[in-house]
Amino acid sequence: MFVQILFYAFSAVLLAAALGVIVSRNPVHSALSLVLAFFTSAALWLLIEVEFLAIVLVLVYVGAVMVLFLFVVMMLDVDVERVRSGFTRHAGLGLVVALLVAAQMVGVFWARDLGVVATVGAPPLPEDYSNTRALGEVLYTQYVYPFELAAVLLLVAIVAAITLTLRQRPGLKPQDVAKQVAVRREDRVRLVKDVDAAGTGPGADQATGPRQGKGGEGA
Amino acid sequence: MTPTIDPNTLLAIALLPLAAAIIAGLFGRLIGRTAAHVVTIAAVGASFVLSALVAWQLLAQGAPVFNEAVYTWLVSDGIRMEVGFLIDPLSVVMMCVVTFVSLCVHVYTIGYMHEDAGYQRFFAYISLFTFAMLMLVMSNNFMQLFFGWEAVGVVSYLLIGFWYTRPSAIFANLKAFLVNRVGDFGFVLGIAGIVHFTGSLDYQDAFAAAPEIAASVTWLSSEWSVSAITLICICLFIGAMGKSAQVPLHVWLPDSMEGPTPISALIHAATMVTAGIYMVARLSPLFEQSEAAMSFVLVVGATTALFMGVLGIVNNDIKRVVAYSTLSQLGYMTVALGVSAYSVAIFHLMTHAFFKALLFLAAGSVIMGMHHEQDMRKMGGLAKVMPITAVTCWLGSLAAIGTPFFSGFYSKDFIIEAAHESQRWGATYAYWCVLAGVFITALYTFRLIFMTFHGAPRWGQGGAAHDAHAPDAHAHDAHDAHDDHGHGHGGGTPHESPWVVTLPLLLLAVPAVAIGYFTVQPLLFGGFFGDAIQVLPKNDVVAALASHFHGAASFALAAPTHPPFWLALAGVLTAWWIVIKRPHALDGLAAPLAPLRRVLDNKYYFDWFNEHVLAAGSRGLGRLFWKAGDQTLIDGALVNGSAGLVGVLAGVVRRVQTGFLYTYAFWMVIGLALLLGWFLLRA
Amino acid sequence: MITLQHMLTLSGLLFALSVAGIFINRKNVILLLMCIELMLLAVNFSFISFSRFLGDLDGQVFVFFVLTVAAAEAAIGLAILVVLFRERRTINVEDLDTLKG
Repeated sequence: MFVQILFYAFSAVLLAAALGVIVSRNPVHSALSLVLAFFTSAALWLLIEVEFLAIVLVLVYVGAVMVLFLFVVMMLDVDVERVRSGFTRHAGLGLVVALLVAAQMVGVFWARDLGVVATVGAPPLPEDYSNTRALGEVLYTQYVYPFELAAVLLLVAIVAAITLTLRQRPGLKPQDVAKQVAVRREDRVRLVKDVDAAGTGPGADQATGPRQGKGGEGA
Repeated sequence: MTPTIDPNTLLAIALLPLAAAIIAGLFGRLIGRTAAHVVTIAAVGASFVLSALVAWQLLAQGAPVFNEAVYTWLVSDGIRMEVGFLIDPLSVVMMCVVTFVSLCVHVYTIGYMHEDAGYQRFFAYISLFTFAMLMLVMSNNFMQLFFGWEAVGVVSYLLIGFWYTRPSAIFANLKAFLVNRVGDFGFVLGIAGIVHFTGSLDYQDAFAAAPEIAASVTWLSSEWSVSAITLICICLFIGAMGKSAQVPLHVWLPDSMEGPTPISALIHAATMVTAGIYMVARLSPLFEQSEAAMSFVLVVGATTALFMGVLGIVNNDIKRVVAYSTLSQLGYMTVALGVSAYSVAIFHLMTHAFFKALLFLAAGSVIMGMHHEQDMRKMGGLAKVMPITAVTCWLGSLAAIGTPFFSGFYSKDFIIEAAHESQRWGATYAYWCVLAGVFITALYTFRLIFMTFHGAPRWGQGGAAHDAHAPDAHAHDAHDAHDDHGHGHGGGTPHESPWVVTLPLLLLAVPAVAIGYFTVQPLLFGGFFGDAIQVLPKNDVVAALASHFHGAASFALAAPTHPPFWLALAGVLTAWWIVIKRPHALDGLAAPLAPLRRVLDNKYYFDWFNEHVLAAGSRGLGRLFWKAGDQTLIDGALVNGSAGLVGVLAGVVRRVQTGFLYTYAFWMVIGLALLLGWFLLRA
Repeated sequence: MITLQHMLTLSGLLFALSVAGIFINRKNVILLLMCIELMLLAVNFSFISFSRFLGDLDGQVFVFFVLTVAAAEAAIGLAILVVLFRERRTINVEDLDTLKG
């Protein structure tokens, strides 16, 4: 009973937050509404006892992705005024299509037999059930390959994101590692006088040390 | 030992003028004027001598008729296309006439074209013409006949438009070519008919198959058939109508007077226009089989003979009067053909060749003497200053009107007699036409003589011309009044022409006067043509006339007993009256007769019809096809239209690519919704 | 008690809302990305509930990977957005129409 009330409460908040994402004039408000949505959905997941993913949702999604979103939203100097206008024109059509999709999705279990009784509660879990443990057991044995691939995917994402946004600013002289590695001795050392041959002479001190080539020729 | 005709001789006769034409034409500038005319005259002269030799061999020494192919061009589907010669009495007559008249014209040209820049070109053309005409008359098959036919048409085109910078000349030569083309179309159809029935182009094969063709029919539609031989003969005759200028394909001949006078004499009097007559005579075995075709020939010829002659009365250009005379005389020849009097037709062809060529050359001499003036209203009294021309012109005119003992008398009178004798449908009409034509011929011929050579001189006065009839507004006279060679000096006294001009006149005067008297008996009644001309016994009017003929002299003396004599005399007297005696006698008739005069001035509106209905209609049709068909339909609708349609469609379709993310997302979602719906409702 | 119906209904509504959000939004590319995250959330809901109610752990593993991918995608999407903003100085969807046909 209590669970049900909680469920309805959290659902209401979730839907309100989702609505808030859409209708907010200010993109920062939209982002914050989305954060709220994630939080409530994590709460809902907790209610049905999939706690690991609920926490992961908060940690990863809210902690990383939404922060990134907020960061970008605040970084880009968006003209809030212009963004406001032109909203109500398309609201009608959007509403209709949304309702249609919603009806279709909800109608799935009105329309056909799902092979499962949808009106009963979740099956009870054993006493010592640990969601984390259960997931781990499956993840590292059966799904280890996709797991590794997911890691690679993340790496690719990092590299891609960096490469996309990387740019050379004029006036700076960053290091060009490739050039540094490709340096040869002849570029750095110039023998003015051979010390052994001429003994200590006045020019001996002029055998200068390696000249530091300027790494990177500047942008 | 009876000699045989040598094919090499025949080749020489035909090819020598061609060689001379090539030399004078291609190398004319190199070899100069004198060499050009020497080469061509030598070649044509040699052709003449050899033709006379061949004639001698055939007629006097009894050589057999020569009918062989000398070169096979190709054989296609069993049809042989060859160069071959058929030398029999009919062809030797034509060969001699052609080469003789050509020779006279060549000599005449030395004087007439003396100042012209295209001297060598002219000689090349007339030699080329001689070659083409000889190939035509010597041919033994339809292919070569057609080759010669077309070739003389081409050379005629080149010669009419000799002074190609003149718009009237270009108009005339194209007109001649196009009208000839109409005739040639019929001609080709006729030849095709022959090939269809016999599978061969050879004359002898066609003649052998003639009775069989006569029994066949051709189906023009599923229900309408005509006699095959009638259809073929009428088609062939249409070709003759084009070439020999019968109504309604006669319109090119008066305009062809744009060309220099020598070619008017050569081509449009003596030789090319007679090709049609020759062709019908040559194909007599075919024509004899079809009564309907012969009646057609008869009526066409009679109409031409009378109505063209009438036009000669109202014309004031000396050359055009002679041109209408030619048209009328060609009508006479056609009438003779139409009553199956082929030998009479050929006889008249021969005599006409001489006296008409003489008349043309005399007219040319007058034009030269008058410093390129052609309007007879500005002539008069020239007999004193140009005696030789006047005398020869008189002789030619007397021959033309049919004065007893002159050559034209025999040929014309026999045509009239034959028309009278014939029982064919249309013969009565023809008889009255040719009889009336005698009066008309005499009238215009002697009008010409009196206006030109007699009476008070009207030259040297600025436009004080008195006409026998009311002043006429002949539109076409305006731009055909000058036959000029480059620089003509108007004014000044007329003088006699040089000997190179008068010599041919004298040479031609001899046969014009005498040849009829000596050749009428053998040609018409002496079986001269032998197998060359076939006449079915029931049609043989000439044989029927033979009973009335008792020798040339007695026939001439009996002339006063026949109507033509009196009609001709009446014509001469009328001409004298209205030109010399009382020039203004008929002025009072001008107003009442004005509508008639207008019809005559417009030449029965044939030219108007051709220009405003046929030509304009063709141009309109062409414009229609061009504008509506090609530009609008094909270019516009099909080509540009399909491209435009693609463009329009693309323009519509590309709006899908709005470039906006939300549009793409929108359509994705719509697709998703539809897909979901489909899955759900699939049941 | 919470039944499968409840969870799936919720999931469907969330999804519909995010779809509506994509439509309605004509102004802001960031908003578009956020709606995508919402969509992913809705789907995750679906997976989680099926996994829990049918007793099969595969659904949760899948959610795990979905989270990973969503994070990666968000990162790259935002990187693109930043570069776009540098070039165009606008994130208004209506201004980004250079692919217009």
